[in-house]
Amino acid sequence: MSKTSWTICEHCDAVYPSIFLEQGQKTYCLRCGSVLEVVGRLNTQQMLALSICALIVFCIANAFPVMSISVQGLSNEATLWQSINALAQGQISVIAAVAGLTIILAPLLQILLLCWVLSFAVAGVAAPGFSVCMRALEYLRPWSMLEVCLLGILVAIIKLGGLLDVHPGMGLWALTMLTLLIIPISGKSIRRLWEEFEGGPS
Amino acid sequence: MRKFNNASDMNLILCHLCGNACVDGVLRCPRCRSTLHRRKPDSLARTAAFFMAGLIFYIPANLLPMMYTDMFGSGSENTILSGVIEFWESGSWDIALLIFIASVLVPCLKFLVLGTLLVTCRLRSRWAMRERSKLYRLIEVIGYWSMLDVLVVALVAALVQFRTLSSIEPREGILFFGLVVVLTMLAAMSFDPRLIWDAEVEHA
Repeated sequence: MSKTSWTICEHCDAVYPSIFLEQGQKTYCLRCGSVLEVVGRLNTQQMLALSICALIVFCIANAFPVMSISVQGLSNEATLWQSINALAQGQISVIAAVAGLTIILAPLLQILLLCWVLSFAVAGVAAPGFSVCMRALEYLRPWSMLEVCLLGILVAIIKLGGLLDVHPGMGLWALTMLTLLIIPISGKSIRRLWEEFEGGPS
Repeated sequence: MRKFNNASDMNLILCHLCGNACVDGVLRCPRCRSTLHRRKPDSLARTAAFFMAGLIFYIPANLLPMMYTDMFGSGSENTILSGVIEFWESGSWDIALLIFIASVLVPCLKFLVLGTLLVTCRLRSRWAMRERSKLYRLIEVIGYWSMLDVLVVALVAALVQFRTLSSIEPREGILFFGLVVVLTMLAAMSFDPRLIWDAEVEHA
C-alpha cells in the first residue's frame, strides 16, 4: 500500500493533499468549515501518563460518595453506582442500563483501552488486538458523558439544597478531576496511532 | 466560487472509523479493516426511522411524570415542564433556565434540525449548504447534554431515601425521555452530512 497522501473532509467529502502538521495545529475544510485534521498537543508518553492518572482518579470517583444529605439527624450518601441502581428499581430499568453506560462503563472502557494501547505504543509496538481496541475507542467516544454527569450533580446539589443539608463528597472532587483529565485523551488525536502502526499485527 | 474535488470523483473513499483515504473498489479499509461505504448505508431511511421513533417517544416523555417526590408527608409528581416551572417560581431562575435548555430546548432543536436536514436532502436542495452543515455539527455537539435530567433524577432518587420522612422515586417519564435522547443521538449518527453536498455535484 502506498503512503496516504490525501485528506478527505468527513463532512462534505472534499479532498485536499495531506500536509504535515505541528503539535497543536489544526486544519479546517474550506468548503464546509469543519475541522479536517487536528494534532494534539500531547505525545504518546504524556497521553499514557494522563490515562494512568485518569484510571486512578476513576477508581476514587467511583469508590467514594459524590454527595451526602442530612435532615433531622438522619443522613444518607450516594455513589455513582448507587445512583444507577436507584433507576433500576421498578419497570424503568432499561434507563439504568443507558445511564450506567454513559457515566461508568463507557469512560472506564475508554480509559482501560487507552492505557492498553498507549503502554505498548510507548515501547514502539502495536498492542495485541490493536485494531479492535482502536475501533472500540471510536465507537465509545459519543457515549461517554462525564461532563453531563458533573453538571447533573451540581444541579442535584442545588435542587436538594433548598430542602435539606447537602454536602459534596470526595467522589465529586475526583469526578471533577476525571472530567478534566479525560478531555485531552479521549479526543480524535489518538487516531495518529493508526499512522504509526498502519495495518497493525495481522 | 472555488471548485472542490470530491472524493467520489477521484475514486477515493474515506474510512469513517480511522479517517484513512482508501482507493475505491476495496471492501475494507486496509488500515483498520472496517467496512467502507461511499455514503453511510441507507442514511436517510435510518435517520428518518430513528427520528420518528424519537418523536413518538417525546410525547409520553413530556406527559408522564418523571419523578415522584414525597417530602414530609405530602407527595407530588413532576413532569419535565412542571419541574422547570417549580424551580422558576421558587426563585432559582438560573437552574430553571439550565434545565429548560437541556430538557426542552435541546431536544426540540434536535428534532427541528434533523427534520430540516431530512427534508432538504430528500429534495436535493442546494439552499444554505454551509449553514446546514454547521447545524448538523451543532446538534452533534449539544445533543448529549439532554441526558442531564436523567442523571439528576438518578442522583436525587438515590440520595433521598428516608422511608417514612421523605423519599423520591423515578417514574416512567424519565425512561421515555432517556430513550428520546438515545434515539436522536442514533439518528444524528446515521445521518451522512455529505448528502448535503451531493446535491451540488448532481446539479453541476
